[in-house]
Amino acid sequence: MSSRETILQRLRNRSGGELTAPECDFSVLERPDWSTSERIALFEKAIESVHGEVHHCSNDNWLDRLAEVLSTRGVRNLLIPREHEIGLKLRSVAEREDLPNLLIYDEPIESWQPALFNDVDAGITSTRGGIAETGSLILWPTADEPRLMSLVPPVHVAVLYASELYTTFRDAMTAQNWAAGMPTNALLISGPSKTADIEQTLAYGVHGPKELIVLIIE
Amino acid sequence: MSETAEHSPHHIDVKEFHPRAKAAIHNPKIRRNFRKAMDGLMTKRKSAFEGWDLETLRDLGANIRLRALANLPDLLEQLEQKLTENGVKVHWALDGDEACRIVRDICKARDAKTVIKGKSMVSEEMELNHYLEEQGIEALESDLGEYIVQLADETPSHIIMPAIHKNTDEISKLLHEKTGTDLSHDVEYLTASARLQLREKFMNADVGVSGVNFAVAETGTLCLVENEGNGRMTTTVPPCHIAVTGIEKVVPNLEDVTALLALLTRSATGQHITTYFNMISGPRKPDELDGPEEVHLVLVDNGRSSIYQDDELLDTLRCIRCGACMNHCPVYTRVGGHTYGTTYPGPIGKILMPHLIGLDEGRHLPSASSLCGACGEVCPVKIPIPDLLVRLRQESVDGDKLHPAKVRGHGAKRSAVEAMIWKGWSWMHAHPGAYRFGTNMAARFRKLQPGQIGGWTQYRTAPKLAPKTLHERMKERGQ
Repeated sequence: MSSRETILQRLRNRSGGELTAPECDFSVLERPDWSTSERIALFEKAIESVHGEVHHCSNDNWLDRLAEVLSTRGVRNLLIPREHEIGLKLRSVAEREDLPNLLIYDEPIESWQPALFNDVDAGITSTRGGIAETGSLILWPTADEPRLMSLVPPVHVAVLYASELYTTFRDAMTAQNWAAGMPTNALLISGPSKTADIEQTLAYGVHGPKELIVLIIE
Repeated sequence: MSETAEHSPHHIDVKEFHPRAKAAIHNPKIRRNFRKAMDGLMTKRKSAFEGWDLETLRDLGANIRLRALANLPDLLEQLEQKLTENGVKVHWALDGDEACRIVRDICKARDAKTVIKGKSMVSEEMELNHYLEEQGIEALESDLGEYIVQLADETPSHIIMPAIHKNTDEISKLLHEKTGTDLSHDVEYLTASARLQLREKFMNADVGVSGVNFAVAETGTLCLVENEGNGRMTTTVPPCHIAVTGIEKVVPNLEDVTALLALLTRSATGQHITTYFNMISGPRKPDELDGPEEVHLVLVDNGRSSIYQDDELLDTLRCIRCGACMNHCPVYTRVGGHTYGTTYPGPIGKILMPHLIGLDEGRHLPSASSLCGACGEVCPVKIPIPDLLVRLRQESVDGDKLHPAKVRGHGAKRSAVEAMIWKGWSWMHAHPGAYRFGTNMAARFRKLQPGQIGGWTQYRTAPKLAPKTLHERMKERGQ
């Protein structure tokens, strides 16, 4: 008998007899119906408490804010999506002097891994919304915005539409019907990479980005 | 080396608990490091739950875990089916050795030479690193704490904070000796050095091995909770990802994860959420540009299906590995994680390890507790840890006639003399004449009572028998 069958058989022929499943009441996770501005305030407070940086923008000025944020950090280049409107918009103003060099992640990682790891200063991605209660960004990496875009460069800039800010994680997954099917990789990102493994002293940027910058578009 | 000792980390003899405890208690550095960390973690947990109806949330956590366990075989099959549909290969292992062989075979098939690891307590349970090294495959830990512990050739002393027993000075010296970094107390510098060293390793690793915090059956999703990003690196950069997990980690729905995640991170480190909550449902699709081309899940039993048989012991399997029980344990805080000599230290280790290594080997574990109850009070899924400790104490002496002992190695602490004394005791209490005679005699000859009674008087004075029995005094009062 295979290990699989042995394990399943042991579990099925439980000597204590069949177990009854208790009811699960999730209402303790429910929160009041906060307004968008309340959700923004909550999100901002939560993500700033873990070293995330929030900038309030509009559709008209987010590029200016981005340029400002990147130039104060001396960012030399920025990894952008190719097809997403964020990428399109950036490419349409690529000649702006206050913007860094724009790079596109359009080849499999194997062909340019050392460059991504060593030479890219920042990456910008879209989000599938955010979670106010915990200050989290929802990312579903795609072919256009691969997984490592939000992980390898030292600075991660994420664009979040205020209208897509949910109150709780549960609200977000219900509204977007995650149970119907998940992508190969989905993420909640709440702040820059951090560790407290050395005597509980917080240090940022241990493996992932040292800085997380959120542009909230209202 | 005895056979059982091989199941303990780095071949520490679990039975030698008392000498290790004594040494730890007299080591001011250990005491200081743990006390500082545990005090901090307790405070953080408390403030993280402010504003929550914590009891109701813990009830929900317990019910979610119990519901999952009630349908465990079906859920495992559903998980396997969904993951297979998603392109993930599922393997089953009866014990740690089989799980190690499965990982080795996947590595060999890919001609893999180096494995990079995200934090996984199940892989510690399997002693995977040593096994792979023996097979000529380099296994490198990438979680900063695990990396430090591995450089020191030690084992984790805490399930969430593996290197909590070391202070900055010790870590600085260790990194200096092993990796050539400068001696420094600047944690930012030390962290940045480790980042550079490990980035090279991520790029060159052939296989990434990670644990799993929750496995969701309805969508075939493996969830990983972490702060550093090493878990994401491990599961994204190498061309092959192998996740290892205990069979109890499966839950039916994604919704279940929302409550368990809320409980886990707050209970563990007092965080509202960790930096990354990584949900993996399959390997890289043809049009995707990164992610592993192969994903495997190894479902490890290693004693869990035996625990599953008993209604009371089953509660052990609710655990979501937050470590709150050890953070709040007065014994753990004073003796530290290494004293236990087991993969999982502290209260959860005391109720889990006897099943994994046998009660003969782990005979001292259930007794290494004052039964103060703190662990049970903070457990996010309401595992009645103190009750389970008492149950295992009974099993270790075969002390409950009504409920036959079940745990492997039960009766290991049974002493014929002690058993006889209790037998006499119970006979005497069932026979009033003998009881009166016995207590009378004891009162008359109380001067003959020995001043030293073995272990009892090691830290206490011996109790003195009263000159008159209770019956006599009651009679006097009545007159």
